[in-house]
Amino acid sequence: MKHLLGIEGMTRAEIELVLETSEAMLEISQREIKRVPTLRGRTVINVFLESSTRTRVSFEIAAKRLSADAINVTRAGSSLSKAETLADMARNLAAMSADVLVVRDSVAGVPHMLAERVRVPVVNAGDGCHEHPTQALLDAFTLRQSLGSLEGRVISIVGDISHSRVARSDIHCFTKLGAEVRVAGPPTMMPAGIEALGVKPCFSMEQALAGADVIVMLRIQQERLDGALFPSVREYSRTFGLTQRTLALAKPEAIVLHPGPINRGVEIASDVADAEPSRILDQVTNGVAVRMAVLYLLTGGQT
Amino acid sequence: MTRTRIQGARILDPLSGRDELGVVDVVDDRIESVGRESAALPDQVIEAAGLWLAPGFVDLHAHLREPGQEYKEDIETGTRAAAAGGYTTVCCMANTDPVNDTPAVTEYIQRRARESGAVRVRVIAAATQGLRGEIMSEMASLAAAGAVAFSDDGSVIMNAAVMRRVLEYARGIGRPVIAHCEDLNLRGSGVVHEGAHATCCGLPGSPAEAETAMVARDLELARLTGAHLHVAHVSALRSVELIREAKAAGVRVTAEVTPHHLSLTDETVRSYDTNFKMAPPLRSARDREALREGLADGTIDCVATDHAPHALYEKDVEFTAAPFGVVGFETALSIALELVREERMTPLELVDRLATRPARVLGIPGGTLEPGGPADLVLVDPERVWKVESARLTSRSKNSSFLGRELRGRALRTWVGGRLAFALGEEGPA
Repeated sequence: MKHLLGIEGMTRAEIELVLETSEAMLEISQREIKRVPTLRGRTVINVFLESSTRTRVSFEIAAKRLSADAINVTRAGSSLSKAETLADMARNLAAMSADVLVVRDSVAGVPHMLAERVRVPVVNAGDGCHEHPTQALLDAFTLRQSLGSLEGRVISIVGDISHSRVARSDIHCFTKLGAEVRVAGPPTMMPAGIEALGVKPCFSMEQALAGADVIVMLRIQQERLDGALFPSVREYSRTFGLTQRTLALAKPEAIVLHPGPINRGVEIASDVADAEPSRILDQVTNGVAVRMAVLYLLTGGQT
Repeated sequence: MTRTRIQGARILDPLSGRDELGVVDVVDDRIESVGRESAALPDQVIEAAGLWLAPGFVDLHAHLREPGQEYKEDIETGTRAAAAGGYTTVCCMANTDPVNDTPAVTEYIQRRARESGAVRVRVIAAATQGLRGEIMSEMASLAAAGAVAFSDDGSVIMNAAVMRRVLEYARGIGRPVIAHCEDLNLRGSGVVHEGAHATCCGLPGSPAEAETAMVARDLELARLTGAHLHVAHVSALRSVELIREAKAAGVRVTAEVTPHHLSLTDETVRSYDTNFKMAPPLRSARDREALREGLADGTIDCVATDHAPHALYEKDVEFTAAPFGVVGFETALSIALELVREERMTPLELVDRLATRPARVLGIPGGTLEPGGPADLVLVDPERVWKVESARLTSRSKNSSFLGRELRGRALRTWVGGRLAFALGEEGPA
């Protein structure tokens, strides 16, 4: 792997390599001294042009556990277009002698455009409504902890599929690992041509969750109300929220993921989020391990 | 008096239907004879065996950016690029700075074109004041100053009542209204064609219906008012059908298509290359097929470039932040020739769509090889292979969708009123 720009461009073998490497990284995170010298002297620059706490902190911890220097670049307002071209941005980052660039932006394609303009590996930490590959990898890692293999499993992703980079990366990742993926939400949140990604669109929880092994709930962004994608939070919650009642539609041992941060009582009820089927906190723990694996494979792991 | 003889070329003149090998004599700024050799001795002979000689092309849709945005393009660089593409007349849109909604700006552009233009420039003035879609511009005064048509182009007139009045008023002064048909509400934040490619690459999409719904509205208003509606840069299959139906029903409608919509699809946006970002967006392969068919069968009257120069630094930004538009003068012929090579159109029909019909759409001179008429000519090598490279493009801006591509066919020489406006060197233009 030269860059990690999206799951779409990865082979199953590449995905499995990251997941296997993550096992070893998880072990490091469980030690008393959670640091190895693997990337000592390397510099990881987290270029977070869109605000993020969880993912940025996760990458920062991942870099530090591998003894790399992690530097965060943020930009208030985030639109580099007004101040700087992508080429200028790339030149500046290269001038800081980065070994890895971790890029988050509110516009799809920015990590790809930067990757074409710099010589260092670029990790996409979420670009607009496109992809969030490390999230999908940590989701797959978390599912494999519980399920062993994803082969033949039914995974339902519920929420605003149109605007979700997590949904796109999860779809690519889970289908490549052999799962059957359904996507669910109101038609206003279902993007055109989603079937081309090899998934089945569903427009009710009954349809989406029947026989599901895994339910991935996506965060509902209240600002989408402006786009008139749904009439009210209350109605959304009643039709597509995960509650004990709707959870019962899935297989009895079904497990629940959520990329966070969760809206309690909106897309997920508190008693579901905090109960046995939820792996939401495991996802956060595993996220660090998966990001360590990605940084390792893109730098020190290359032989 | 200077007599130039072009001999051996395949002469293509759609208006007379002439498609034959022969001789054209140009005396000073006029075509003197077409087909047969004159007894007079020429001062200069151009051997043109294997080449096509056609009336210079006429572009109904271009942005020359002067006044106000000369860093993107100006009348001199834009018209030199047009000449390099075989154009002898280009029509410039009104979204300059200041907007061309007053006779003063119209006259300024025409004066600058006389001073610095390599080809003829005809002015399309704003349909509404400030392109705001509210109060119509002084169309009669603008027409008197030289405006050949009216358009708010991408600043779509969203209010149907305003559009109705614009069409009615324009009809009274005998000028067409050119409509960029795109419902801006339905488009929303969309920057690419809505579909599987947009979904996969996570870019906000705009459905074909953003165009077709507006085409339907404007066709109804053209029917209501009896005005001449010219639909700009048609991009969708259903638009072609609607225009075909309206023409059959006697509505006064004409239409144009761009080379990029004829050639490319929304698959290109997977690259996130902002040189594939334009409005309307590149659409599906089915839409592209319908555009080719529509141009071939005459439903779409002509090819227009929508030449829209933008500086490199403006385009080298996030996809959603980049301005819409691509340059087109210098690649239009090569792209349109694909249809001839695929035997979808004859060479004569191609020249008709590039030169003859666009001139007739606006009722302006040009587009024909008439003895006694102005010597606006282009000599084309339909087989010449060339590579599109930014250093070799004449336009000040290099935002071409075809950068890096090898294309076939290009203009070798362009004459405007008998004056050589462009000649391709062995190594191409500097």
